[in-house]
Amino acid sequence: MKSHEVPPTPVGRIVDRHGRHANRLLQVLIEVQDDSGWLSPAVITEIARELSIPRSRVEGVAGFYQFLHTRPVGRYHLLFADNITERMQGSAELMAALCSKLWVEPGKVSEDGLVSIDTTSCIGMGDQGPALLVNGRPLTRLSHQRVNQIAELVRRETPIEQWPAEFFRVDDNIHRRDALLGLDMAPGAALRAAIGAGRAAWMTQLEASNLRGRGGAGFTTAVKWMACRDAAGADKVVVCNADEGEPGTFKDRVLLNSMADAVFEGMTLAAWAVGASEGYLYLRGEYRYLLPALQDTLALRRAQNLLGRGILGEAGFDFDIDIHLGAGAYVCGEETALLESLEGKRGTPRIRPPFPVTHGYLGRPTVVNNVETLAKTCLIALHGGEAFAATGTAQSTGTKLLSISGDCAHPGIYEYPFGVAVERVLEDCGASDIQAVQVGGAAGVTLAGYEFHRRIAFEDVPTAGAFMVFDSSRDLFDVARNFVDFFAHESCGFCTPCRIGTALLKKAMTKLAEGHGAKMDLADIEWINRLLRNASHCGLGAAAANPVVDTLLKFRPTYEQRLKSLDFEPAFDLDAALAAARRASGRDDAAAHLADRAPGS
Amino acid sequence: MSKQFLFDGRPVRFEEGQTILQAARAAGHYIPHLCWHPDFPPHGSCKLCIVKVAGRHVSSCALPAKEGMEVESNTPEINGERRALVQMLFVEGNHFCPSCEKSGNCELQALAYDLEMMGERFAHFFPDRPVDASHPEMLLDFNRCIFCELCVRASREVDGKSVFALTGRGIHKHLVVNAESGRLGDTDFSADDMAANICPVGVIVRKRVGFATPIGARKYDDKPIHLVDMEDGK
Ligand SMILES: Cc1cc2nc3c(=O)[nH]c(=O)nc-3n(C[C@H](O)[C@H](O)[C@H](O)COP(=O)(O)O)c2cc1C
Ligand code: SF4
Ligand code: SF4
Ligand code: FES
Repeated sequence: MKSHEVPPTPVGRIVDRHGRHANRLLQVLIEVQDDSGWLSPAVITEIARELSIPRSRVEGVAGFYQFLHTRPVGRYHLLFADNITERMQGSAELMAALCSKLWVEPGKVSEDGLVSIDTTSCIGMGDQGPALLVNGRPLTRLSHQRVNQIAELVRRETPIEQWPAEFFRVDDNIHRRDALLGLDMAPGAALRAAIGAGRAAWMTQLEASNLRGRGGAGFTTAVKWMACRDAAGADKVVVCNADEGEPGTFKDRVLLNSMADAVFEGMTLAAWAVGASEGYLYLRGEYRYLLPALQDTLALRRAQNLLGRGILGEAGFDFDIDIHLGAGAYVCGEETALLESLEGKRGTPRIRPPFPVTHGYLGRPTVVNNVETLAKTCLIALHGGEAFAATGTAQSTGTKLLSISGDCAHPGIYEYPFGVAVERVLEDCGASDIQAVQVGGAAGVTLAGYEFHRRIAFEDVPTAGAFMVFDSSRDLFDVARNFVDFFAHESCGFCTPCRIGTALLKKAMTKLAEGHGAKMDLADIEWINRLLRNASHCGLGAAAANPVVDTLLKFRPTYEQRLKSLDFEPAFDLDAALAAARRASGRDDAAAHLADRAPGS
Repeated sequence: MSKQFLFDGRPVRFEEGQTILQAARAAGHYIPHLCWHPDFPPHGSCKLCIVKVAGRHVSSCALPAKEGMEVESNTPEINGERRALVQMLFVEGNHFCPSCEKSGNCELQALAYDLEMMGERFAHFFPDRPVDASHPEMLLDFNRCIFCELCVRASREVDGKSVFALTGRGIHKHLVVNAESGRLGDTDFSADDMAANICPVGVIVRKRVGFATPIGARKYDDKPIHLVDMEDGK
C-alpha cells in the first residue's frame, strides 16, 4: 500500500514533524501559515484531515489567535504596537504616515496584496518604542525617517532579511542590577547544589525562601510545588509562562535574552522538586525572534547532561524541555488558558477547581510558573532560602524586576529589593513632573501623586513588573481608554460579563471621548465595572474595570469635563415597546406586561 | 453521611462532589442558569448562576458545595446583577422576540421576565449575522446566539459529529459549522441530533413547523421559568 501513497504535501510534512498529534494543532497552524501566508478554507480542511480531527475544531482555533490569519494579509504585514506608551511617542501618527505612503488603509490589504498595516497590543518593546512587528519580527525605535525607509523597502519588495540589521536591534536596557541580574552562574551550578542536597532538602530551602510568584498573583512557590509533588499521577509537567502580555511589561524578554540558562535551570529545579519529566516553555508569539537562541541553549544544556536522561548522573532524573509558541492572545498568560493553548485549543480559561497542580496539561499534575520566578529559584539553590529571604520585606522576599517605560529619561529594567518606594524608582529612572504611575500594567493600579510614598510589594502595590510613567502633560482619560480598548481586544469572549462588558465599556469611553457623554453614562460605566469585577470567569475580565475605576476615583475631572450635560433622560420604555409584540401574539394578560413580576416568588 | 450548607438561610443537604447548583436543585431551590444542562459537565460561561459565598461571587453551576458554606442567591443584589447579564445578552445579539419562532419557549426571554427586566439599558450592538437556511430541515438564525455552547457540546459529545464550533474571540466570537463552505447543508447534521434540540434560544430551529404551538400556550407562557424549570425535573 505504502508505495502507492502520494508524496506528502507541505501540510502533511508539517503534521508529520509534529507526530500527527492533535494537541500540536496550534504549532501546526503557525508553521503552515509560515509556508502559505494565510490559512485559507481549503488549507484548514487539509489540516483537519491530516490531523484526523473535525474541521470545525481547526477553524475554531485558527480564528482565536490574532497572528493566525483566516483572511489574506499583505506579503508585508506590519503591526504597530498600540500600548499607551507607544502612543505617547507618536505611534498613531507614524502609522498614519506609513499608511499614506503605501496607499493602504489600516486593517486592509493593498490591492496588489503587497502590504497590510494594523495595530496590535503591547509587544514588550516599551523601552525602545515606538515599535512594530513586520511579518512577526520586532522593529524598534520608529521615527519618521525610519518609516520612510520602511515604505521604500516595502515598495521595492526588499526581502526582510536584507533590511538594515539596526532596525531589528533589541537592547536589554538594564539600569539597575541586584541579586538576579548580577548573577554570574555557570550552567548547572544551581542544579548541582540542589541535587547534592537531595529532593527533600531542596524543597525545604525553597520553603525557607518564601519565594512568591512573579507573574502577578504572588502565590507561594513552595506551596504550589509541594501540591504538585504530592498530587496523584506519575507523569508530572513543568511549564514556564513566557507569555508576558501585560502591557508595559518586558522583563521576561530580557531574562530570556540574557539569562536563558537560569530560566531553563529553574524549570529543571522545579522538575527535580516535583518529579516531573516533561517541561514546556510557552513563548508569546511576539518573542518568536528569541526562539533560535533559546533552542541553541537547550541543545547545549542537553550536551552538558543538564537535560535529558539521568541528569547530572542522577539515575531516574529524566527531564526535557520543549518550546511552544503562542500566536497573539494576552489571555493565554492566564495559566489555565495557557494550558488549553499548549494542548492546541482555543485559549479559554478553565473552571477552577481543579487547579493545574492536580489537573494541568492533558489532565496531569502541572506546575506553572513565571519566567522570573523560575530564574530566581537558582539563587535559592545556590545561596539557600534564608539568604534569599534576607532581602525584601517579610511578606515579599527577594527582589523584583521592574520594566519602566513612559515619561522618564532612562526607560528599561530595574531590579530592586521588594519594599522600594515608588518615589525612589521615579527618581532613579529620571522622571520629573509626574502626574501618575501605572503599576502592574493595564490590569494593575493607577497611582496618583499623593501615593508615591507607597511601596512595591505584594502587601502594598503588587506588580508583575510593569511601571508606566505619565507626566503632567498627559490626560489620564486617554490612558484609561487605551487600556479599555486593550481589554476589549483581548477578551477571549468566553463569559458574558467580560465579552459584552469590555465591549460596552469601550463604547462608553468612545462616547465620552467624542463629547456625547452624559452623567448617566458614568453610572452605566460604574455598573459595567461592577459586573466585570464580580461575575467574570477569569482575572482578565475582573481587572478590565481597574483603569476606569481608578481614574474615575483619582482623576474624575478629566471625565466630567467630557460630559455634554450632567443629566440624561432615558427615552425608552420597554413595556410600551412590547405593545407590538402583544398585538402580534394576541396577548394582553398580566404576564405579557413587565410590571410587578417577582422572581423566585 | 451527607453534609449540609445554607442556601439563602435554609439548610441544604449535599453529597460530596455535587455543585452548589445541583444540590440546591435537588432540595427544590431554583438558581437561574443558561449554559448549564443536567446532561453535561458545567460550562461556566453565562454567569447567570452567580451566587455569593463568604462575600465572593462564584459560579454555582461549577463550584462544588462545601460543608457549612453560606450561599446567597435570591437577593436583590444578585438578581440585579443577573438582570444586567441578561440585558447584556439582549443588546449583544439581535433579539426581536415578537417575530421569533422560539418566543414563549425561549429561556433567555423567560429569564428576562422572571428577573423583571424593564429595558435593555445598554447600547445595542446590532451585529450583522446572516441566517443559514441551507439545510433541508433546520434553520440557523445566528442573531440570537448567546454562546452557551450546548449545541457544540451535544454535537461533539453525544452526536459524535462536531457540527458546531465557536471561532473568533471577544465580542467577535461566533458560531461556525463543520463544512468548508460554511453551510449547515454541507454537514452531516440531522434534525434528530441532540444538538438540533438543545438550543435554549432561537438559533437552531426547525423549518416549516413555525408557530405550531400558538403563542400563549408555550412553555413559559403561563408560568415563570423558576417554576417550569423545576417541574421539568432536569
Ligand atoms: C489575564 C491574565 C494574564 C496573565 N498573564 C501572565 C503572563 O503573561 N505571565 C505570567 O507569568 N503570568 C501571567 N498571569 C498569571 C498566571 O495566571 C499565573 O498566575 C502565573 O503564571 C503563575 O506563575 P507565578 O506563580 O510564578 O507567578 C496572567 C493572569 C491573568 C489572569
Ligand atoms: S473574563 Fe474575559 S478573558 Fe476571562 S474567561 Fe471571561 S471572557 Fe474570557
Ligand atoms: S446556537 Fe444555541 S445552543 Fe448553540 S451556542 Fe448558540 S445559543 Fe447556545
Ligand atoms: S449556568 Fe453557571 S455559568 Fe452558566
